[in-house]
Amino acid sequence: MRREPPRTLADYAPLAFPALMLIVFFIVPFSTMIAVSFFKRNPASFYTPDFVFDNYERFLSVFFGSVLAFSLMLAILVAVCCVAIAFPFTYLLTKCGRRTQTVWLVGLLSVLSLSEVIIGFSWSTLLSRTAGITNLLVAIGLMDQPVALLPSFGAVLTGMVYQALPYTILVLYPALVRLDPTLIEAARTLGASPPRAFFNVVTPALRNTIVATLIMVFVFALGSYLLPQILGRPSNWTLSVLITDQAIYQSNMPFAAAMAVFLVLISLALVGLTLLVGRREHAL
Amino acid sequence: MTARLLRRIYFALVGLFLAAPLIVVAGVSINEKQTLAFPPKGFSLSWYAQIFTDPEWRLALIHSLTLAVCSAAIAVAIALPLAWFLWRRIAPWANIFQVLGLAPFVLPPVITALGFLSFWATLGLFGQFYTAIISHGIFFVTLPLVTLSLGFASIDRALVEAASTMGADDRTVLKTIVLPLILPYLVSGYAFAFVLSLNEYIVAYMTIGFTSETLPIKIFNSLRYGYTPTMAAVSVFFVVVAAVVFGAIARFGDIRKLLGALGTQES
Repeated sequence: MRREPPRTLADYAPLAFPALMLIVFFIVPFSTMIAVSFFKRNPASFYTPDFVFDNYERFLSVFFGSVLAFSLMLAILVAVCCVAIAFPFTYLLTKCGRRTQTVWLVGLLSVLSLSEVIIGFSWSTLLSRTAGITNLLVAIGLMDQPVALLPSFGAVLTGMVYQALPYTILVLYPALVRLDPTLIEAARTLGASPPRAFFNVVTPALRNTIVATLIMVFVFALGSYLLPQILGRPSNWTLSVLITDQAIYQSNMPFAAAMAVFLVLISLALVGLTLLVGRREHAL
Repeated sequence: MTARLLRRIYFALVGLFLAAPLIVVAGVSINEKQTLAFPPKGFSLSWYAQIFTDPEWRLALIHSLTLAVCSAAIAVAIALPLAWFLWRRIAPWANIFQVLGLAPFVLPPVITALGFLSFWATLGLFGQFYTAIISHGIFFVTLPLVTLSLGFASIDRALVEAASTMGADDRTVLKTIVLPLILPYLVSGYAFAFVLSLNEYIVAYMTIGFTSETLPIKIFNSLRYGYTPTMAAVSVFFVVVAAVVFGAIARFGDIRKLLGALGTQES
């Protein structure tokens, strides 16, 4: 049975259920959200149908501008930290034995699957005064008394790097596993030390992968909606937190929808950029 | 020698970073009294028992499990025919559905969640439990879709060809060759969707958050009233479930292959 184009209507039958589900429950909700972003707020119910640009005009404020700038800055910082830690780690991991790799991958997947609620709860416990790491420092005599390390920007950053690190490693893994080992062998034969081979051969060879990963982690971090809320101060809130806040607590769905549309546009632009970078890599 | 030592240290540091919050949470979950002391004071597993005995936590657990079992099934039900069609037929335009299946996972989750919220609210079904099941089914369709696409790609077409030549029709080929070969990928796709659905917060919250609680929602709602060892116990429960499920996938399948190390490695 070779691959062949569908001829009769019956050949299309397997597609019916997936297509129906994805259109009704993904395309339609998505379009609904875009429509709602032009609606008017109605405190009594969710919204009143209308066609106004008010929700988008609210973007043109200093407050919104600073939230956006902060979200982008935080996401960039998370992406850079994650790739800086994950790239050498993943490279070394692919050099390990099969068993070691499997154990690490299972562990990474387990951490990756944890919900933000649990990551937030765990880190707020770890950074708290009663159960936190400062108790450890007190015990070994480095500090006088335990202190709370949150809410703070550092706590938000740490939590988000924790959340995104397994993701980063798993995104880098396929590219590094498939890296041609002769590249490194050649560098080593020519007298390069392993670190030198890593920095001067492996890193430049995977330049595009690194850029693509940075963008993917950036989008991933942009989506973090709870950690800034649990670990940070209100000044550390990001666009995603604000969307949740407007939708749930301020029950202003039209404004939340407008912000979400805006966030989609940013993410899509960046995903498009990733694909472009990826294509260039294949062309090489 | 020093390179090896440095690698050990680097691995240990990354491992410590990943494990530290979980160790502390596991520690506080066995406190005897209702405090979050670490190192724990006394030893008690009563907080774990509370997940099953306390009516509220038990209800949240049942909600979470129901949601995960059903939505993972929906995700697989959507992904299987789609992946099969894309493998079996040449229809470039059908790739649009593949993109649709990958999209919910690539976009920030808040957006998908808000899409569902506006959708269900517009239909007036907001808060019904089944809306969360459908929403999760769509949200996590990416995972079985990816594993199943890998599974189909790994099938040797000569096998299928041989069966056809010997007179097997489409249905027989599907039943006797294709399905057995992709079964491991089907199971792991289901397992991935199950574990992630169990942990998912924002979509569940925006669809049924006001009417019923899943475990992550319950934890988040309880955060406001202070931290209890039960929350720590539930967190440990989540980590253990994830580790057991992924460990089982690794034990019975090749997790390295699933994560992208496609046949390029020996050993």
